[in-house]
Amino acid sequence: MGYPYSHDLEVGTLLSRHFGNEKARTLEGWKELGGYATLPRALEMDPDAITEVVKNSGLRGRGGAGFPTGVKWSFMPKEPSGAHYLCCNADESEPGAFKDREILRWVPHLLIEGCLIAARAIRAEHVYIYVRGEFFPFSAILRDAVVEAYEDGYVGENILGSGWNCDVTVHLGAGAYIAGEETGLMSSLMGGRAEPWIKPPFPAQSGAFGRPTTVNNVETLAAVPMILAEGADWYRQWGTEKSPGTKLWCCSGHLERPGTYELPLGVNLRDVIYEVCGGAPDGKKIKAVVPGGSSTAMLTAEELDCSGCYEGMAEAGSALGTASPIVMNEDTNIVQAMRRIAQFYAHESCGQCVQCREGTSWTAKILHRIEEGDGTVEDIDTLYHLCEQMTGRTICPLADSVVFPLLSSLDKFRDEYDALIKR
Amino acid sequence: MNDTGDQVKKPLHPAAASSQPFQVADIRPTERLFDDPEGRDRLEKVLSRYPEKRAALLPMLGYAQERNGWVSDESMAEIAGALDLTPAYVRSVTTFYTMYNRHPVGRHLIQVCTCISCHLDEADEVFERFLSETGTRAGEISENGRYTVIEAECLGACGFATAVQVNDRYFENVTPDKVPAILDELD
Repeated sequence: MGYPYSHDLEVGTLLSRHFGNEKARTLEGWKELGGYATLPRALEMDPDAITEVVKNSGLRGRGGAGFPTGVKWSFMPKEPSGAHYLCCNADESEPGAFKDREILRWVPHLLIEGCLIAARAIRAEHVYIYVRGEFFPFSAILRDAVVEAYEDGYVGENILGSGWNCDVTVHLGAGAYIAGEETGLMSSLMGGRAEPWIKPPFPAQSGAFGRPTTVNNVETLAAVPMILAEGADWYRQWGTEKSPGTKLWCCSGHLERPGTYELPLGVNLRDVIYEVCGGAPDGKKIKAVVPGGSSTAMLTAEELDCSGCYEGMAEAGSALGTASPIVMNEDTNIVQAMRRIAQFYAHESCGQCVQCREGTSWTAKILHRIEEGDGTVEDIDTLYHLCEQMTGRTICPLADSVVFPLLSSLDKFRDEYDALIKR
Repeated sequence: MNDTGDQVKKPLHPAAASSQPFQVADIRPTERLFDDPEGRDRLEKVLSRYPEKRAALLPMLGYAQERNGWVSDESMAEIAGALDLTPAYVRSVTTFYTMYNRHPVGRHLIQVCTCISCHLDEADEVFERFLSETGTRAGEISENGRYTVIEAECLGACGFATAVQVNDRYFENVTPDKVPAILDELD
């Protein structure tokens, strides 16, 4: 099982066109498929003109926050007084998300080209691709692609004879979800514990090694070459006004056909789950969906009729996140599932902020107690109180990440909690 | 190939020096990391990629584990010395991350993802099956030295539940029934 599945996608696939094609992994094969055709053009362009195209395309960050990519790039100083860095965030660790690994393992050169064009735009001299440590099989493919690109003059000194130098280093993490938060990533890259820091200073002012830095997600950077090649308007033919383009949807849980699918933003979430993924297996009904990765608010089966884009999912009371729906069928014990989600965040809290360190672990403990039938009515009040304490009071959004699914599960599936609580 | 028929090993490209798999079965336990040319070469190549020495810390901890299978106090002290850091600082970083083994593990470190999507599948049963088939408790080394089984948080393979990582390999769509075959496949 795995990628690709055939599906009725009206648009031609963009990012995923060559998924499953071994040829795309080698430099020679990739060039035959039309790869590295955009880089020469980027090298002739003014860096700010590249940023302008990406800004006009409306491309938004695919790591979850959805910040406009071109706008982020425009924060970088225009006249460097020293080194600039680009960090590619390949620390994919949000439960439910498994999209970036497909890019790393099938189209590594697409990512490298995207990194180089972005580096050119933000005047960076070194790209660090931070890959989560566990991804050995995928980081090895990327690593070999980078070495090939060096050997052929696409990376390194005097790239394609342009006089421009840019290095690319693949850097492995070592098991820490919080390294996926942009400042946590830079802390880790610099040889520290992956502890996020308070912004400001923003990365564009003082990021990796105290220098202006931009951090972009793998999927974001992989979309850049085609946007530059075909233009902002071309990219806008997919998606919505506020969420242009296509998105890799990674669908997991109780589904007939789980997997990664490239679909235009604005696709109906119900269609993703029932049409593309075939609904729940064995004729079971769906009870709940966590639509954007485990840190987003749960939706009930009745709430799935919503637009799968940044603004549409917000309107539905949840978030697009990484577009990673986790589907739970009618047999799922919501309290147990919520406990498992909370347990993840308790494990991954970096421990700097009290609200998060204590809040996530107590949430997990209380949920476990309720699950075991030892909960009390007061426990529900305590959970609500914890949610209040964990919202918007910490350095990074890890604590908020447990609040969204927890609050929604309490609001929408309260009967399941009550049934487990001793009266 | 050279005249002895051995594959000539290509020198490690500096760009790849920070991304070598560090959870491998092929370990060559050694007391010291930087007493031989290989260790010094790795250190030099890793250092060449960053503007600050400290950034070499994670790659070098990985290197220690790549060679020894785990990260000992001695390795931490040696890395601290090489990077002008204190051993206490190095320890604080090492223990922050889950992938640095602070104790020796079996030749095959089996990590079963039990996070939400795998949990909704059969992760708990897969985990139990690995424990019973290897005759170990979580985190122990099996009597024959071959296996250590632990639970892992999300491995990023949610659509292919249950995901299991064995050293640097992924096994996907694992069911309890497939566990014996996976163990047979490991040397």
